[in-house]
Amino acid sequence: MKTIITVFMKEVVDNFRDRRTLMSALLMGPLFGPILFAFVINLSLKQSLSNADESLDLPVIGSEHAPNLMSYLESNNIVIVDGPESRSAAIDGVANGEHDVVVLIPDTFGENLANMVPATIEVITDQANTQAERETRRATRALRSYGQELAAMRLTVRGVSPMIMRPLNVDEVDVSTPSGRSAILLGMLSYFFIFALLTGGMNLAIDSTAGERERGSLEPLLCLPVKRDHLIYGKILAACLFMAISLSLSLTCFHFTLKFMPLQELGMTPNFGPSVVLIAFLLLVPFALVGASLMTLVASFTKSFKEAQTWVSVVLLAPTMPILVVSILMVRPSTLLMFVPSLSQHLLLVGLIKNEPLNMLHVAVSVGATLIVGALLTWVCARLYRREGLLG
Amino acid sequence: MIRVDNLHKSFGDVNAVKGVSFTADDGKITGLLGPNGAGKSTTLRVLYTVLTPDSGTATIDGVDVVTERQAARARIGSLPHGAGLYPHLTARENIAYYAKLYDMPGDTVDAAVQKVIDQLDINDFADRRTKGFSQGQQTKVALARSLVHEPQNVLLDEPSNGLDVMATRSLRERIRELKNAGKCVLFSSHVMQEVAALCDEIVIIAAGQVALHDTIDGIRNATGCEDLEDAFVKAIEMVDPTAEQTA
Repeated sequence: MKTIITVFMKEVVDNFRDRRTLMSALLMGPLFGPILFAFVINLSLKQSLSNADESLDLPVIGSEHAPNLMSYLESNNIVIVDGPESRSAAIDGVANGEHDVVVLIPDTFGENLANMVPATIEVITDQANTQAERETRRATRALRSYGQELAAMRLTVRGVSPMIMRPLNVDEVDVSTPSGRSAILLGMLSYFFIFALLTGGMNLAIDSTAGERERGSLEPLLCLPVKRDHLIYGKILAACLFMAISLSLSLTCFHFTLKFMPLQELGMTPNFGPSVVLIAFLLLVPFALVGASLMTLVASFTKSFKEAQTWVSVVLLAPTMPILVVSILMVRPSTLLMFVPSLSQHLLLVGLIKNEPLNMLHVAVSVGATLIVGALLTWVCARLYRREGLLG
Repeated sequence: MIRVDNLHKSFGDVNAVKGVSFTADDGKITGLLGPNGAGKSTTLRVLYTVLTPDSGTATIDGVDVVTERQAARARIGSLPHGAGLYPHLTARENIAYYAKLYDMPGDTVDAAVQKVIDQLDINDFADRRTKGFSQGQQTKVALARSLVHEPQNVLLDEPSNGLDVMATRSLRERIRELKNAGKCVLFSSHVMQEVAALCDEIVIIAAGQVALHDTIDGIRNATGCEDLEDAFVKAIEMVDPTAEQTA
């Protein structure tokens, strides 16, 4: 026990003096998440907060052929502006991004309407341009509803109720709470936290194994009258501490930056108060043991600091895999899933942010399973440290 | 006292050590001399228990290095190849770290560290971080680190590598002091002059075997060469006739 403490203390002091470790533990991990998150939020705000009250400038070719349609559009807060001279000019203009969307009304429009022949209207747009999607949708929706109004009028004139055209009335009832909606986006958070946690201990895990060997300090260390298992336990514990520091910084950072994000405008009320921060920390921190032992294990196999860095970076991606699969398949949390480290933390955190009550069985299974996996990996590390080939 | 008996160790197809036997007594400096790749480091690594021999035994003060690893390690102070200090720790912290791992009682650590710092004359840079230390300074700190628990047996693997004349001289003085204190000092080198200047007994190793084990005069007599370098080469050729061509 004394050995473990001695090694732990030495690694902590050593790494607090190492700028590389400090950068990754105290700066990069905790800041990466909030910054990227703020960026994504602002981007999606721009995209989805299409204020219907804002008027849309719509270039139209041949507006003179459909004066009634034009006044209908104007009454829907769409401002008609003169479009390009010709159809080909419009296609070019849309293709090179000069216009987002152009509406073309052929000169046969009025004639076709009068003859009750479907009158063509062309909406020229670039489907690949996500920016234009919103404007296009708004323009086509307005055109369609004009068409429906015309149809209703024609039926009324013939003494038929327009309701005959609407056999169904489909009404969507959205039961998601504001917090629930935010969870989709905030689900990303759990990965940021796990990422912050892992980067926090990454340098230490590498330095205490591959780095120690590269520096030539491993051999004298192994000559000491101490159990090798104790050396590795001390090192893994030190990595856990740095991971916990990085995680708590990252959580605190989010607590403050979320206040400055206009989430309410997106219909989200994220539940991220001080108590949630604390619970989130307690739910996530067992993963530090898995992360630290896994990174130490991977780094033990490598010959140099550089090689270790390459391989350990792969470990940074590993916890995303289960999260990704579950996000795509939209799986509901179950006791079975709580046995998978990183996934169980993700599901618990999402529930927490959604303001759902914590399922204590799930918490217990998650913490227990994660710690057992971590202990197993630590044991494998200790076995590896007994090998002769360790010195390379 | 260190006793090595018919030690064998191979790595895959390479037989690094093929039946090495010798004894290094207390109060004596024993030099392990041999060309590069002769098996010096492998023998030392078996002695400080980093490697397990394929066959044969080795004991430190009668303690077996295979069956009682931990107890054997506690009896040695070792300076393996290269200093291997922690660059972010000061010299004093580097030494204290080892003192604690040697399981010295907490309240005696500071005094023991200061004592070895005085002995090796490293007060000038004891409280600086070891990053950027010269080779000589690094070796001194590493030596202090391995002597802090006052071991009876001291194993040094090519300690004078990369040292300048002044640093080498001061290292030799320290090694002689250890001998005068009744310690058993075993050190390896591939430089004949170095071993001759310091050792009471010399074990010449070539191709994983002991070619000669004698005093300097004994080696001169056995090889019939007055010049030490010639004697060294001749001794090696006795066990490894191809040495001259491959060298």
